[in-house]
Amino acid sequence: MGFPDFKPVSDNGLLVAFGDSMTPQVHDAVLRLDRVLAQHPPHGLVEVVPAFVNLMVVFDPLVTDHAAMQAAVQALLGTEVAGSTEGTLREVQVCFDADLAPDLATVADQTGLSEEAVIDAHLAGELHVVMYGFAPGYAYMTGVPEALHLPRKQAPVRDVPKGSVLIAGAQCLVSTVTMPTGWWIIGRSPTEILRDDPARPFLFDVGDPVRFTRIDRDSYEKAVRANG
Amino acid sequence: MAKFRITFAGPHVSFQDAGRTGHLRFGVPGSGPMDRLSFAAANTALGNPAGATTIEVSMGGLVLECLEGPISLALAGGDFGAQQGLAWSVFTAQPGEKLTIRPGTSGSWAYLAFAGDVDVPQWLGHTATHALSGLGGGRVRTGDMFDVQNPRVEDARIGDIARPEFDRTDGPMRVVMGPQDQFFQQSALDAFLGETWALTDAYDRMGVRLAGPKLELKDALGIPSEPILRGSVQVAGDGVPTVLLADHGTTGGYPKIAVVAAVDQDRLCQLRAGGTLRFAAISPEEAVKLVRTRDAVMTDYLSAIAIPRGSLQQRLMRENLITGFIED
Repeated sequence: MGFPDFKPVSDNGLLVAFGDSMTPQVHDAVLRLDRVLAQHPPHGLVEVVPAFVNLMVVFDPLVTDHAAMQAAVQALLGTEVAGSTEGTLREVQVCFDADLAPDLATVADQTGLSEEAVIDAHLAGELHVVMYGFAPGYAYMTGVPEALHLPRKQAPVRDVPKGSVLIAGAQCLVSTVTMPTGWWIIGRSPTEILRDDPARPFLFDVGDPVRFTRIDRDSYEKAVRANG
Repeated sequence: MAKFRITFAGPHVSFQDAGRTGHLRFGVPGSGPMDRLSFAAANTALGNPAGATTIEVSMGGLVLECLEGPISLALAGGDFGAQQGLAWSVFTAQPGEKLTIRPGTSGSWAYLAFAGDVDVPQWLGHTATHALSGLGGGRVRTGDMFDVQNPRVEDARIGDIARPEFDRTDGPMRVVMGPQDQFFQQSALDAFLGETWALTDAYDRMGVRLAGPKLELKDALGIPSEPILRGSVQVAGDGVPTVLLADHGTTGGYPKIAVVAAVDQDRLCQLRAGGTLRFAAISPEEAVKLVRTRDAVMTDYLSAIAIPRGSLQQRLMRENLITGFIED
């Protein structure tokens, strides 16, 4: 298959792929087109959904169609992105107290590290938001250090509280709803990803680098109370 | 102001406006009504903007009490409220009146529209409820109360709402194949289009699982997560397809064999568990053409039901003029 690859989806989408598997180059091409489309929206564009290796271009079928949208996207492929493509560094606070981090000991055990070494490795990770999915505000990040890579649990655990800091493989996310998960729970964050701010309703944009910072229990409780 | 108390609400009953766009990239699906046509009909027949906030009633049913009023309401969708004489009609609720809405013989969802502004929380500019998170106007629960600001009594609109006959076809659900159909065995593609499928009771606002033959995947479970649109038919590792609906996840790693065309999503949503359907493949070009045709038909239909037919007295008067006689 040649890339970029264009696939018509239903009556209102065009899936534009830059590769079969996630590499920094492939994802960079996704982010670049995402930004170009934001800066030069083709006629009939409704929204764009970036993912790992491809992005979905959603359009209004009453005013355009797959062929016209594909032509418009192709014409934009060589376009320079105005401004920086780096994203904005976002900070997420995390408390690693045992009752908020029920899997920390197991992760330490399975990786052969001490709990403090797991925490240090996580805080040192160069994480980036690569995609949202599953539920509002579920931002998938990559860049978990290799020393912490573990497959998912055999079976999901129920009712994992929102704000849980989860890892699996190279991925990390901070949950925004209470839900079952098979990922490893290594901490809890009071940082709101769904913000009560119409101008900026979500903390991250896809492409943003993220830094986790450690907070103690007092700061955690205070921040939770401040969120209301 | 009008005021209501929820005497009883079954599961999956929620406030819904037309839904939100523009936030898929943040994990936020459109939400909004499962059956968009019935939703628009209820609002339009009542003289509301087509996207005004309604209560989406599920198979679980809804009982509510009007505490303050009067206020006119409209009910549309499936055959809900048929037993109570409310199906597809505009009527007025008086203070102290209790309203029972149960599913009739067909349909899975109905829309109760209010002549006024339903006063429930917005999220990202809309009251549409995302069921999993509860964000938006919210789930409707037994014991809840809510207000409707600026209530109107729409005497000139009371009566039946003409049903959209154009949507009551029983032909196959048209689909555009892909975008990950290359990950299926040929036998799976043949079975998908050739066999009859049944809806299971694993049916909520996120989607509905289908019962039928197992769809064999090629080595597809390692594909990177991809964006998902409403109507996608996703097949998990167990070979079971799920049609993803109003509250679908926005990305996912299971391959999508096809996407149900928008023009057939409303009637698919109105099927019940045990109801059967078949799929038929159409080209993307045909799918776009169908959207445009249906939009024109829908616009005509909504314009027709938007016209007030006059008060009861005016209608009787017209009758009188025609027949020349009316009994006391």
